[in-house]
Amino acid sequence: MPKKTAYQAKIEHIQILDEQGKLDAALNKGGLGDEDAVFLYEQMTVSRTYDEIAFKLQRSGRMGTYPQNKGQEAGPGGIGLAVLHRGKKDWLVPCYRENLALFLNGLPMEKILLHWMGDERGNQIPEGVHILPISIPIGTHPLHACGLAFAEKYRKTGRAAVTFFGDGATSEGDFHEACNFASAMKLPVVFFCQNNFWAISVPRAIQTGSETIAQKGLAYGMPCFQIDGNDIFASYKVGKDALELAVEESRPVFIEAITYRLGDHTTADDARRYRDSAELESWQKKDPLIRTRKYLESKKLWNDKKQADLEARAKKLTEEVVRKAEGIEKPGIDDIFDYTFAELNDELRTQKRTLRTASLAQHPEQERLSR
Amino acid sequence: MTTAPSIPTLPIIDSPIHPALTNVSLPSFVDEHELPSREGSRVIQFREALREAMSEEMRRDPRIFLMGEEVAQYNGAYKVSQGMLDEFGPQRIIDSPISENGFAGLGIGAAMYGLRPIIEFMSWSFSLVAADQILNNAPKMLYMSGGQWGCPIVFRGNNGAGGQLGSTHSWCVEALYSNVPGLKIAIPSCPYDAKGLLKTAIRDPDPVFFLESERMLGDKAHVPEEEYYIPFGRAALRREGSDCTIVSFGRPVNFCLEAAAELANEGISVDVLDMRTVRPLDSAAIVRSIQKTGRVVVVDQCWPFASVASEVITQVVEKCFDYLDHQPLRVNTDDVPTPYAKTLEQEYLPHKRKIIEAVRSAVGKA
Ligand SMILES: Cc1ncc(C[n+]2csc(CCOP(=O)(O)OP(=O)(O)O)c2C)c(N)n1
Ligand SMILES: [Mg+2]
Repeated sequence: MPKKTAYQAKIEHIQILDEQGKLDAALNKGGLGDEDAVFLYEQMTVSRTYDEIAFKLQRSGRMGTYPQNKGQEAGPGGIGLAVLHRGKKDWLVPCYRENLALFLNGLPMEKILLHWMGDERGNQIPEGVHILPISIPIGTHPLHACGLAFAEKYRKTGRAAVTFFGDGATSEGDFHEACNFASAMKLPVVFFCQNNFWAISVPRAIQTGSETIAQKGLAYGMPCFQIDGNDIFASYKVGKDALELAVEESRPVFIEAITYRLGDHTTADDARRYRDSAELESWQKKDPLIRTRKYLESKKLWNDKKQADLEARAKKLTEEVVRKAEGIEKPGIDDIFDYTFAELNDELRTQKRTLRTASLAQHPEQERLSR
Repeated sequence: MTTAPSIPTLPIIDSPIHPALTNVSLPSFVDEHELPSREGSRVIQFREALREAMSEEMRRDPRIFLMGEEVAQYNGAYKVSQGMLDEFGPQRIIDSPISENGFAGLGIGAAMYGLRPIIEFMSWSFSLVAADQILNNAPKMLYMSGGQWGCPIVFRGNNGAGGQLGSTHSWCVEALYSNVPGLKIAIPSCPYDAKGLLKTAIRDPDPVFFLESERMLGDKAHVPEEEYYIPFGRAALRREGSDCTIVSFGRPVNFCLEAAAELANEGISVDVLDMRTVRPLDSAAIVRSIQKTGRVVVVDQCWPFASVASEVITQVVEKCFDYLDHQPLRVNTDDVPTPYAKTLEQEYLPHKRKIIEAVRSAVGKA
C-alpha cells in the first residue's frame, strides 16, 4: 500500500498594517475604512488612557488589582468593531484584557473599574448588551461562549459568540473541551486568543510545544488564522470574515492574535524581574497606537493638533468615568446575602437579620442576645 | 393538583437580564397532605418516574433540553431517557462528547441565556472533572454579577455505591458539594419523590444537583400520573414513632425503614424523616421530631468526616440541645474508599444492622 497524506494544513499569518504604518491595500479589500481607522485610533487612545488612569488609581490605593490592556488594544478593537458593524449583537465572552471590545459594544466604561475596585455590581451588564462578566478562572469561560452559541443556534437568531483568552489559557482542559464541543456541535463561536507571549512570568515556550497557538484549532477542524494582533486592519478584516464564516456555516473559527503585554501582568506584578528589557523595547516599537497614527498621518487624516485634542478629550472622559465609578454608593450589607439564590432561603434570612454566623444566629436564645 | 405555572414560548426571551427570574413563576407549593396520594393503580420504576418528570416539563417548556453522554441514541446509559429522542428529537435530546466539564460549562452558558438545561452525568463520580464549572461557576454566577445572571440548570445522575463499581466510580457527592452556597441538592429515596422533586428542580431558578442512585432505578412504586411538584426543603415523615428520630436522605432511607420495621418488633418505635433535599435542609422538621423523641440517629451514605450527618448533628446541638436525652449518633459509611469486593462493599454501607444497633444504643437498649 502506498503511503498517502492523511492530513495537511498550513496557517497563514495575516498582517495588513505593518510596524511602519504601511497598509497592504489589496489585503484590506472589504476591510476597515479610513474613517473607521480614525475612530478606532481614537478609541484605542481612550482605552490606553483608561488603562493608565486605572494603574494610578491602584497605586494610590483607590483600586484593588488591575490588569493593564496596554499594547493589546488593536486585537479586541478590530474584532470588537467588526461585531458592532455586524449589528447582530453577537456575544462577547471576555477574560480581562479586551476592555476595548466591550466598550465598543455597549459596556459602560465605569463597569470595568467598578469590577476591579471589588464590586460585584461591576458585573451587572445593562439589558440588551450581550457581554458576559469578566471571568477569573482561566480558560473556563470559552465553554460559556459555546453555551451561548448553542442557545442562539437553538433559537435561530443568527448570532455568534466571540470569546477572548490568553496564550496561557490554551493549556487548560476547559479550553480544549470548548474547542471540541464547538466543533462537534457545529457552534458559531469565534475563539480569539491574545497571544501576548506571557502568562504572568511563564513564557509562551513553556506553555506549549506547538509552533503556533492557531494550529490548536486545526485539531478541532476549525478554520484557523494567525494575525498581527497589533494591527487593527487585520483584526477587523479577519474578525469580520470569521464571524460571517461562523454564522453562515455554523462552525467555530480560531484566531490567534500575536501581540505583547507592554505592562505588567497586573498591578500586583513587576515584569522587570523576569522579562528582558530588550524584548520589551522591541515590542514598544510595534505598539498599535504608533503604527496606526503613522498610517493616519500618511493619509493626512491626523496631525499634532488632533492628537492634542484627542488626548485632552480622552483624559476628560476617563476622569468622568472614574468619578462615576467612585461615586456609586457602597453596596448595602444586605447584598452579602441577597444574591446567593434567586430567592432568599430561611437560613440566609436569619443570617441576614442577625448578621451572625449560622451557629449564633440560629439558636433562638443567642439570637436574642446578639441584638 | 399543583397549579401549573405559565411558561413563555421561546422567542419572547431575548433579554439576558434575569432570564431565570423574570420569565417563570414557580409552582405554588402545597403541603404534604395536599400532594396526590401515593396509592393508585399505576406502578412504575424509579427511572420511569424521572423520565416522566423530564418529559412532562419538556412538553410544556421549549427551553428545556437534555444533554449528556449516551442520553439520545442509546436511550441513556441507564435507560432513564428511553424514548425521549424519538419524542423530542436530536435538537433537545443531545448526545455529547465524553467531556463532563464541557457539557457542564456549555449548559451554564445556555442557562445564562435563558435556556433550561438538564445535564446528565452518567455518574456523579465523573462530575469531579467538571468541578470548576459546577462548583466555581454555576453557583456563583448570580452572586458575582450582583444578582443579574441566574443559572437555572439541573445536573443529574447516579450517586453512591452502584454495586461493585470500585472506589473511583462510587462517589457520594452530597457531603462534598453541599458545602457550597448557591446550589441546591435534591436526593429522592423513592419513585414518587423522584418525579415530584425532579419537576421542581427543573422549574427552580437556581442550579440544582439531583442525586439518583443506580441501585434504585429499577425500584417500583405507585407514582401518580398527574403532575405534582414536591417543594424543596420539606422533609417527609416516612414512619411515625416516639422513641427515636432517624434522619436520612436518598437510598439509605430505605434501609432505615427496614430497620424501623425490625425495631418495632423489639418494641422500639421511631420517626423516620426523609429529608428529600439536603440543601435546603428542613432542620425545623428534625427539631420538631427530636422535641418528641429526645434522641436522634442520622443515617448518611457519605464518609463521616464533615458529612451531611455532621451538619445535621451540629444543627441539632445548636437548635434543640436541651431536648436531647442521649448524644446524637450517626451511621455513615466506613471512612475508607468504597471497596470493590461485594462483601466488603455491603459491610461498608450504612446498612440495616448498623442502623438498628445505633438506635438501640440511643434508646439505651444496646
Ligand atoms: C484556573 C486558573 N489558574 C490560575 C490562575 C491564576 N492566573 C491568573 S492570570 C494567569 C495567567 C494567564 O495567562 P494568559 O492566559 O496568557 O493571559 P494573559 O494574562 O497573558 O492575558 C494565571 C496563571 C487563574 N486565574 N485561574
Ligand atoms: Mg498571555
